[in-house]
Amino acid sequence: MKPGPLARHFLATLLCEPHLAAQLNVRDWERLVWQARSAELLGQLHRVLKAANVLVIAPEAAQQHLEVAANIASKHVDAVRWELRNIREALGPVDGPVLLLKGAAYCASGAQASIGRMFNDIDILVPKPTLGLVEGNFIRAGWLPSHVNKYDDRYYREWMHELPPMEHKNRSTVLDVHHTIVAPTSGIRPDPSNFFEASLPLSGEWAFFRVLAPEDMVIHSASHLFLDEFHKGLRDLFDLHSLMSEFSVDPMFWEKLIARSEFLGLAVPVCDALRQSVRLFKTKVPSDVLQNFERRHCAALNQRARLWLFDQVLRPHHSSASNALTQFARWIAFARSHWLRMPVPLLAYHLSHKLLRRDD
Amino acid sequence: MKIASLSLPQLRQRLHSTGVVINCGPFNVRILSNIPAIGLQLHSLYADFPLVAEEQFVDFEVRVESPSHIRRYLRSQAVLHCDDRSPFKPLPLAQAFPMLEWGLNWVISSHAHAHLIVHAAAVERNGRVLLLAADPGSGKSTLCAALVHAGWRLLSDELALIRLCDGMVQPIARPISLKNKSIDIVRSLGESIVIGEVCPNTAKGDIAHMRPPASSVAAIDLFAAPALIVFPKFDASAQFSCVREGEAHALLELTRHTFNYALLAGEGFDAIAQLLECAKVFRIQYASFDQALPEIERLWLDAL
Repeated sequence: MKPGPLARHFLATLLCEPHLAAQLNVRDWERLVWQARSAELLGQLHRVLKAANVLVIAPEAAQQHLEVAANIASKHVDAVRWELRNIREALGPVDGPVLLLKGAAYCASGAQASIGRMFNDIDILVPKPTLGLVEGNFIRAGWLPSHVNKYDDRYYREWMHELPPMEHKNRSTVLDVHHTIVAPTSGIRPDPSNFFEASLPLSGEWAFFRVLAPEDMVIHSASHLFLDEFHKGLRDLFDLHSLMSEFSVDPMFWEKLIARSEFLGLAVPVCDALRQSVRLFKTKVPSDVLQNFERRHCAALNQRARLWLFDQVLRPHHSSASNALTQFARWIAFARSHWLRMPVPLLAYHLSHKLLRRDD
Repeated sequence: MKIASLSLPQLRQRLHSTGVVINCGPFNVRILSNIPAIGLQLHSLYADFPLVAEEQFVDFEVRVESPSHIRRYLRSQAVLHCDDRSPFKPLPLAQAFPMLEWGLNWVISSHAHAHLIVHAAAVERNGRVLLLAADPGSGKSTLCAALVHAGWRLLSDELALIRLCDGMVQPIARPISLKNKSIDIVRSLGESIVIGEVCPNTAKGDIAHMRPPASSVAAIDLFAAPALIVFPKFDASAQFSCVREGEAHALLELTRHTFNYALLAGEGFDAIAQLLECAKVFRIQYASFDQALPEIERLWLDAL
């Protein structure tokens, strides 16, 4: 592989320009498989290469890795559907909307983003007043609150936007029950009723559940990625690219997305998501829309530092995609996510607690 | 070219620089290490393994390293990385080679999902496979070593890989891992047995590895179909017994020994059911090789 943009964002480039696979030699294919495996994007890469009819030119061993990943991912989808049936049964009597978030939502609504994707847990959103009832029903159905100490329990319940993760006693599947989409301590407090009101019902077997409206789905995913620590950064950005590419069939989608993100006070992470998705995956965002949006929300002052940070942390977690500063950048991103999540006094309290008291 | 055709210093130098690529069943793995003991053990135990040709696809890179110079003097440790992931906590430097072996097992058991990955020893004779599936401590590897010494071909002592598409067992032929008393028991089988350095006090007790026969390594591309499954149980004080196991019980027990059963879901169930259609299953409780080996011989002749 010749040096140049393809070498710098190797995996991302092949995910959006799969025809370039024709130029790869066996060393490049190795690197592609290693990076995709580290980034949890092997199944998605399979989807893209297959759709572009270039899977067949891959070395046999690379094809095997991709096929296995796609097969396992399809079993993940079956497993998610199975859990959704269990959740429906457990929550049957609850009065109020039950929204699916992230992977589970992509899966139940049949979005492209769910094809090839792995699922680690299931996220749902319920109105805060029903939280107690929902938790009780889940416990009765076998999802037990994961073993967290008193401090962590308080951290989740008082400061975060979700209950401590619940794990099923037999199947070990993990449920995250949210009551809003960003941590209230971050200072950004969109009224959750906005999300419930705009949400859409699913049809057929999944009619019990609702999902966020397309704009809100993108806003949620973008806020999670760009206000958080980029743990699976490139995978999450590719989810966003897939969602936006699908939703933008509606010509009004971009305007609605921008207006909605401004209304909810989440324009900055959405602006970051659009820029990065355009940069790495060439998402077809109309350029005037993007420029306008950028001018209003991405302050010029710290742009270079932000772009450097995002460039670093959106690389696959693999040595062939990192440089000497990647580890440092990940640390910064981790610190940044805490900085954004809590006001300074709470952050100081949280850090000193984590530092001084291991367990209680 | 084989590992043995490199001198020990050459092998160490390669491990330290470009790495050495060997075949581990379905995967080519590049091994890199700056730890001298790794070179020594590989040189002896993997002597007959061919060096994988340059143009071949490398599936994984496994690095076992002693991190820093300061650490080396204080309390030396070995760390294992694969794909920039570290599946294990660091271990004392003396356990570097067992750590590499566990790392290679981890690579196979967490990625070879085109196969049913069964915690079992697999040996071949007359073109058919005998599987020994059991919990740790049942004498599975010891029995496997004895059978291999008696002329069976080693496919694997730890992870039997049964290809989902056709039910054939894929050879791995890596060294046999022996624990505690079984190390001396296997050593006493005969002069031709080569056992690496004993590594004391690991999480699994004393560990040593037996070099696989050159003929098993040379036949790494020869797949074979299962014919017999034995669930062995070693108990020094017990009466010898051998009973036929019903298919339903055998299926349940095999699901317990299959690493990727839950992941493969229905496909895994079908694969085990298909396996039970071509292999009879027996449960053997034994107190010595003299009881177990003739019985396995009898069952084998019966099964073919």
